[in-house]
Amino acid sequence: MAEKYELKTKEVWDGNTAAAHALRQAQVDVVAAYPITPSTPIVQNYAQFLADGYVDGEFVMVESEHSAMSACVGASAAGGRVATATSSQGYALMVEVLYQASGMRCPIVMTVVNRALASPLNIHGDHGDLYLGRDAGWIHLIANNPQEAYDMTLCAFKIAEDEDVRLPVSTNQDGFLVSHTAQIVEPLDDDTAYKFIGDYKQRNPMLDFNNPVTYGAQTEEEWHFEHKARQHKALMDSPAVIERVFKEFKDLTGREYKLVESYNMDDAEVAVVAMGSNYETAKIAADKAREMGIKAGVVCPRSFRPFPLKEVAEILKNVKAIGAMDRSAPMGTIGALHNEITGALNAFGYNSIVTGYIYGLGGRDTTVEDNLEVFKDLALNAEAGKRVTPLQKFIKLRGPELSFFKVGE
Amino acid sequence: MAFNYDYYLRTDKMPTLWCWGCGDGVILKAMIRAFAKLGWDKNDICVVSGIGCSGRFSSYLDCNTVHTTHGRTVAYATGIKLAHPEKHVVVVAGDGDGLAIGGNHTIHGCRRNIDLNFVLVNNFIYGLTNSQVSPTTPQGYWAVTQQYGNIDPTFDPAELAKGAGATFIGRESVAEAQKLERLFVKGFEHKGFSFFDIHSNCHVNFGRKNKLGTAKANLDWIEGNLMAKAKWDKMSSEEQHEARKSGKFPRGILWHVEEPEYCDLYDTVIEKAGGKK
Repeated sequence: MAEKYELKTKEVWDGNTAAAHALRQAQVDVVAAYPITPSTPIVQNYAQFLADGYVDGEFVMVESEHSAMSACVGASAAGGRVATATSSQGYALMVEVLYQASGMRCPIVMTVVNRALASPLNIHGDHGDLYLGRDAGWIHLIANNPQEAYDMTLCAFKIAEDEDVRLPVSTNQDGFLVSHTAQIVEPLDDDTAYKFIGDYKQRNPMLDFNNPVTYGAQTEEEWHFEHKARQHKALMDSPAVIERVFKEFKDLTGREYKLVESYNMDDAEVAVVAMGSNYETAKIAADKAREMGIKAGVVCPRSFRPFPLKEVAEILKNVKAIGAMDRSAPMGTIGALHNEITGALNAFGYNSIVTGYIYGLGGRDTTVEDNLEVFKDLALNAEAGKRVTPLQKFIKLRGPELSFFKVGE
Repeated sequence: MAFNYDYYLRTDKMPTLWCWGCGDGVILKAMIRAFAKLGWDKNDICVVSGIGCSGRFSSYLDCNTVHTTHGRTVAYATGIKLAHPEKHVVVVAGDGDGLAIGGNHTIHGCRRNIDLNFVLVNNFIYGLTNSQVSPTTPQGYWAVTQQYGNIDPTFDPAELAKGAGATFIGRESVAEAQKLERLFVKGFEHKGFSFFDIHSNCHVNFGRKNKLGTAKANLDWIEGNLMAKAKWDKMSSEEQHEARKSGKFPRGILWHVEEPEYCDLYDTVIEKAGGKK
């Protein structure tokens, strides 16, 4: 039996340490990983826990991220609780296997520390990797600070392994701004955390030799569509499970999570929608905006996939002007989050003015003042009752101002 | 007069980001001296590097340079060489980059005998990401992912390259900068896949917890593990096997044969098909 780790009721942890402790408390059977900045400390801490007797499972450092996710799929199909961690290029190398994991319905948990994708090479945070995995059939949960990195990772196991879900889940935290920034985290003790997640329940394990099964069978035009549709249905149905797990987590800890988080939205006339650490920055900016007479609010989808379309539309329906903040190069469109929000509003019959803001690429610092400028922009649109700012703007981009679809163009 | 390195360097990028006493600088300078000795114009050289501390070579050398993805140096370099067979292509990769994540590309580069100069900066650890086990970390040695000592057997990179088909194979250490330069000159001149297993010190992230915490201690350890090829060749194959298992390796030019080079063979295909080069 693994040794119990003595934890204080309040620990000072960065996001990586928080995620590593959550993996340890889940008593994962197999962790297969490969080091990459900025997620390296997660598996490094995990290896230390194992060496010190706090983990009973196996840890294997393989020769690439492709092998890491492949080993995870193998271990999961064999019937074990499985987890890993990665970032950026490692995530990119895993992509082929991410689709295998979800297609084979392997409930793997991956703690992702979001980092920019090369080229140019960059080790700092943005959401390029998260967006790369958007359509891979995984549930993508968002953690905005170390406490949430811990909480979401515990919840991720319970969601992934639920009988009605059985899908891989990633938890996402911003590289460095969350992963390497220490804050107070209130952990559960080992027994309580494990009891919350529960024992792993196998489903069609390959190592059950009395009931042989095949994973990854070939299906062509006759069955492929049905498989993919079933997989999609599992994702579309998963919000009910996510909400149930969040409810149980709140009953246990008092910490409440929702499919869509919000701040000051009751009477908001303008709102920023952001995922990651900027959600917290924007909250401070919203307070300042209100001191200036701008009725500002902030929204964060807790889950990027499944995207909470209805909940997002519901919370934004009375907002006059919305700023969708995408922390990834949109490469030929307005922005992934922007497009989700306009889609959600349109689908449910609302038509607020939505502006896309690209920010923070490759770790570019995005401050309270930057967010305040966005609120001021949005207030102009709200006051005019129509768009008076460009459809897409870039925050703190050097060089001549860049924007697209200016009014009148 | 002292050798002037500036022609081949992006001097505005100096000093390097490498730790004090790192072997990478010795390799960089030996490489530059070899370029000069061969009279290579810097604009006729293409340097391809991967990810890791050795990835910085492409930032510091004022040649045509590419900083690629982790492990894919040989794949990029193969494309470059096929497009420009007349240029000198130098690949720099670490033991993690060249033997773990990119091992597949490395062996297939060797197999094709394409005229690449593959410099393996072998420091026995993943240095940049702080001490994870690599395919050359000796058994029993500490790594953050092998807290009780590494149990994984290691590659002998030179034997791997030979088995895969490289036609020039050399091994040297950063403690012998002059020998290193001479080895580079011989290997760079060779037409075909030249494989250099260069033992380098990472006293910071390999040595620190393996009782080799200074550059000097790490270099002494490296030197203690290398023996002259002439001495090595006098041993029986059983003795060589035992020596290799205990982490001892021969140094110098270990293998040198002339075989048809891939770009030349490719030209014969073009000729047969009636195309233009």
